[in-house]
Amino acid sequence: MADQEHKRKAAPARKVEEVTEVPATSETGEKLKADIDDLLDEIDEVLETNAEDFVRSYVQKGGE
Amino acid sequence: MALHKVIGVETEFGIVHRGAGESNPVTASSMLINAYLADLEREQRAGPKVGWDFEDESPGNDARGPSGPSAPPEVETHLVNAVLTNGARYYVDHAHPECSTPECADARSVVVYDRAAEAILQRSIVAANRLLPDGQELVVHKNNSDGKGNSYGCHENYLMARSVPFGKIITHATAHFISRQLFTGSGKIGSEAPGLGVREVPYQLTQRADFFEAEVGLETTLKRPIINTRDEPHADAQKYRRLHVIAGDANCSETATFLKVGSTAFVLAMVEDDALPRPFVFRDPVQAMRQVSYDMSLQRPLELVDGPTVTALEVQWELLDRSRKWAEERGLEAVGGDVGIQVLDTWEEILTGLETDPMVLADRLDWVAKYRILSGYRERHGLEWGDHRLDALALQYHDVRPERSLAARAGLRRITNDAEVIRAMTEPPTDTRAYFRGRCLQRWASQVVAANWDSIVFDVGQESLRRVPMMEPLRGTRAHVGTLVDESATPAELLARLGGA
Repeated sequence: MADQEHKRKAAPARKVEEVTEVPATSETGEKLKADIDDLLDEIDEVLETNAEDFVRSYVQKGGE
Repeated sequence: MALHKVIGVETEFGIVHRGAGESNPVTASSMLINAYLADLEREQRAGPKVGWDFEDESPGNDARGPSGPSAPPEVETHLVNAVLTNGARYYVDHAHPECSTPECADARSVVVYDRAAEAILQRSIVAANRLLPDGQELVVHKNNSDGKGNSYGCHENYLMARSVPFGKIITHATAHFISRQLFTGSGKIGSEAPGLGVREVPYQLTQRADFFEAEVGLETTLKRPIINTRDEPHADAQKYRRLHVIAGDANCSETATFLKVGSTAFVLAMVEDDALPRPFVFRDPVQAMRQVSYDMSLQRPLELVDGPTVTALEVQWELLDRSRKWAEERGLEAVGGDVGIQVLDTWEEILTGLETDPMVLADRLDWVAKYRILSGYRERHGLEWGDHRLDALALQYHDVRPERSLAARAGLRRITNDAEVIRAMTEPPTDTRAYFRGRCLQRWASQVVAANWDSIVFDVGQESLRRVPMMEPLRGTRAHVGTLVDESATPAELLARLGGA
């Protein structure tokens, strides 16, 4: 898990020039990190009331 | 030459009847589906509901032959079981609402109909909640586990040639199912395997890996096997088999669903064409399944029977490589033409991301999107893995209701658009036999007595009912029968013209 954290921090340092060749990766990565705070704010607003109780009592029958 | 991979996905949803004291999931599931059908009827005044025809169901048949050692599962006929005008089946299976997509001719079509299934569930929830007393509601999740050791499935089905030896399918499909978890996982906090918990496995790639205990078998609910041997082709059994895959997660990400079925169609087509010279035979496939799922570094070496080790990523790179070569030599007809090219490109993009920095895939893979949310929340509130607040977030990721779903807020890229998804709730695919099923239901629901995957039964007012067999999954398309269905004024005329055709 620690490795994972390091990698995440290293990612934004990648060159912007790459963007033209590899449109998806680095720019998206930066944007995603910038967005996480907004996302967490939004999540706070839609979180189920009594979410913790709900997850504790969430029991399903096995299926298939 | 590989057979065209006709594909379908069946999803069992988690369900809770909230505010009703003891929640009975069977009743809740029936209520949910009945509410949808009643809502449709009110809207369309489309006549009576059409039930599922169980005549040709034989889930106990074993692909290994009649002496297969496992006990057959039971078919439940007494619960709601509907055929929809988009060719899908919507029913109560055990204690879950389940929606099976119609037969689809390519991976993109699967994604559209999988999304349509979610939209059908969403409408069902709204319709059911209207009928419930204040303070009660149905809550539905597209997930595969309750976090307490109970699992339910998202199954895939692929049309394959009967002539392919089953042993060959087992070898290559097992290697793919173990290694594709890298992108098919929907992510899970902790582990539900015996003796393991959140301390040992804080977060893993998949919901399902904990529940596989056997390499090959017929069961789906106990001692689940990586390769399921249910031999029920729902088509001409001399020519076809239907590979029933129980080893995947239900995905909220369209990219994950697309690549899950797209890559598997390639691998199975290559098995048919003998285009996979190197088998990856794991020393312990059940253990390998978990090793891949538990390994967030994505670098864990997996032991092979013939000596050296391999990582899941290495297996996937080789499968992608072989797929590209196979496509160059044999063409893409079996895997959906241009959609096949999209599959290859997505596959490469995802493997590249996994290799360099998996976190850039937070907009494409469920396990990454969910991990990002959980990690962010954890850091913000200083929580430990195992905190119920994180468990609640992880569950809500899968909530089907748009106003609650966290997956819907995670910034996942779309492959489909809303208009085609809404259309797919009621319109069948045009390029498989689902077209015939769906169109007949649209036009003559009141005279369709029953329908199932490979036949449809009409009551045309004569003494006996008329069954139309549909043993070829790629016949009954718009190209084949579109004009015929459009021009026939009644089912009797349709049957007369089909008989004369």
